Amino acid sequence: MTANETSHPTASAPEIDASCRVPLLALLVGAAVWLVLGTALALIASIKFHAPDFLAECPALTYGRVAAAANDALVYGFCLPAALAVSLWIFSRLSQTVFTLPVVPVVAAHLWHLGVFVGLASILLGHSTGFTWLEFPRSASILLLVAFGLIAVSIVATFGFRLERTLHPAHWFLLAALLWFPWSYTSANIFLVAMPVRGVAQAVIDLWFGNNLLWVWFSLAGLGIGFYFISKLTGRALNSYYYALLVFATLILFGTWCGIPVGSPFPAWIPTLGSVAAALLVVPVLGVAAIVARTLCGVSGPIGGPLCYFQFAFSAFILSALMLITLACPQFSRVLEFTWFGQAQVQLQIFGFLAMILFGALYYILPLALGHDFPFPKLTRAHFWLSGIGVVLLVLPLAVGGYLQGTHLYKIEAALPALRVSTLGLFLLLAGNLLFAVNVLAMFLNWKLALAKTIFAAVTAPLKASEVKP
Amino acid sequence: MKCGLPVIFAVIVALGASWIGLVIAPALQLGTLKETTVLNTTDVYPPQRTGAATLGLQAYRANGCAACHTEQVRQDGVTCEVVLTDAGKNPSAVTNLLTALTLTGLTKDQAEAVSGKITAAGGKVETHIVPIGSDLDHGWGVRRSVAEDFLYDNPVQLGGLRAGPDLANIGLRSPDANWHLLHLYAPRSVNTDSKMPSFRYLFTVQKIGAAPSPDALNLPAAFAPPAGFEVVPKPEARQLAAYLLSLRANVPVYDAPFTPPAKP
Repeated sequence: MTANETSHPTASAPEIDASCRVPLLALLVGAAVWLVLGTALALIASIKFHAPDFLAECPALTYGRVAAAANDALVYGFCLPAALAVSLWIFSRLSQTVFTLPVVPVVAAHLWHLGVFVGLASILLGHSTGFTWLEFPRSASILLLVAFGLIAVSIVATFGFRLERTLHPAHWFLLAALLWFPWSYTSANIFLVAMPVRGVAQAVIDLWFGNNLLWVWFSLAGLGIGFYFISKLTGRALNSYYYALLVFATLILFGTWCGIPVGSPFPAWIPTLGSVAAALLVVPVLGVAAIVARTLCGVSGPIGGPLCYFQFAFSAFILSALMLITLACPQFSRVLEFTWFGQAQVQLQIFGFLAMILFGALYYILPLALGHDFPFPKLTRAHFWLSGIGVVLLVLPLAVGGYLQGTHLYKIEAALPALRVSTLGLFLLLAGNLLFAVNVLAMFLNWKLALAKTIFAAVTAPLKASEVKP
Repeated sequence: MKCGLPVIFAVIVALGASWIGLVIAPALQLGTLKETTVLNTTDVYPPQRTGAATLGLQAYRANGCAACHTEQVRQDGVTCEVVLTDAGKNPSAVTNLLTALTLTGLTKDQAEAVSGKITAAGGKVETHIVPIGSDLDHGWGVRRSVAEDFLYDNPVQLGGLRAGPDLANIGLRSPDANWHLLHLYAPRSVNTDSKMPSFRYLFTVQKIGAAPSPDALNLPAAFAPPAGFEVVPKPEARQLAAYLLSLRANVPVYDAPFTPPAKP
């Protein structure tokens, strides 16, 4: 049931790729910068556990601010715009039309990155809202929302003009993601920032939003992109369409109810619903495992090539989902709740799952969109190894440290050796992400240079005799 | 499938259900929560925080304290404890009975049976409700946190990671404002193992004027400023300390009953 992309007399693949070039660059150059900055801030936050007085004189770099800024830079700075960039290319390709309204995402990308800048600066200056994953103040949230809306409209417009009418499973996941972020982000901001509700209802809504962003939205975007690419890179149809439908339906039905810790000071029905929903997540997890195993059965791409990124990311997804289910299980949550284990799951979801999906996709898309290979193609493989090892060294110690912390009366000393190893993991991730940024920025500069040369050539070209007035 | 509309419709139904269930319903149920009374009294709970403590919550937010500290105490359940208040006319029989029976960790029915036996022997007993749970064993509180504890707070920051201890009852554990100021300025001056960052930027190190400031911190020599200088807390530091002192959830309420210790 996958779209056969060559059977219609439609726009050619190079034309489509070229139409996405400027929007992609506008979104990705900023995203690459926030990626490096976010990882660097996370590293600073991590170092504070080795040396608590490190940068203690600087209010902007106190742990509470740096940790929040690092998370937001990674999620809002990198993951969301990069996922939007990949989505707009996928929608154009699947629609077999050139991207409609290419100016809109370019304007939106600038608004988005301005919003991230305002938001991060506000957190570091102490003007965060205090809500996890919603730290950005109102001005920044409005910019993000407008920008997301503009990009979503231009993607949906491309979808509306599609020449290949059949829907690919990626369409469902990505359309749901395009709808769900503005919906959840608007309502969370209205109920928490614009007209705050009273008391712990704030905490429930904040937890709901955090789960819907990091678990549901990340899964929708990541699985949508991932399913498209594993079938594209292997040249096989997604195996199978009905499994994908099952994963999609159960993910949005059950996944959206999770994320409320078991012992929270809320009426008992709220955490109970969350635990039941989390247990039911076993269904989409098994579905994803089956799809990946059946589609990729017997396939091996070049080590460090795009396919490796997807294999790694899908494994990370399954592991992160199992960690989420474990956290929601009352027996285990008594030990693991409020420990580094939860942080390990979040980091796995960001660095191990969505970021890896996006790297794999972008390493495939960018050379097509710009019409030439990366300036440093070897770095794309080095990046895979640095990121892969980095994720393992970040997540595994945090998870083990969380268990030790939970069994040792939450004493931080029990988790310290593990935290130290995780700092090493973050260091590797920073190195890997720098390689990504170097390639993207070099590509961008090459493109600007080529553009400038073309303009210069056009300006300095001798006038044709026919154009000269007598 | 060739049409996007069924997909959009399914998405709106599935996502809308969770939106109604976990945003609108809590906003209606918890967002209209009123003050309650302390169990068996007419005292209103929670009391308003003082002005300084309310401002201190903003310092708590601005510096991201909730990144490392939770403000929620969990509880596994409650047990009953039978306490003898009067041995009555036949003390030896009651004493024998007390040694033979288990008096703590009882269910409600067991407690009733035990108190029935002791009453029959002529003693007078009280049944106490005792919450249990690992958080309570750590000394982090006397009962679980309930929605009313956070009624006047904006933003409510329950926190999700215990890199440091839970703070739901820090005002009871450390009731001295000066201890908090010393701890904020130099955490390792009061707790050598602490991994908390220092919040020196909430304090001013100034030259001692005509007379030392009455607010100056009394720091141990290893953490003290150079001779002739003193460390004075800025208003934010005082407000933060006032907020931390105001964190005390130690009265029984309907949602989390327990028998408070008798007042002497």
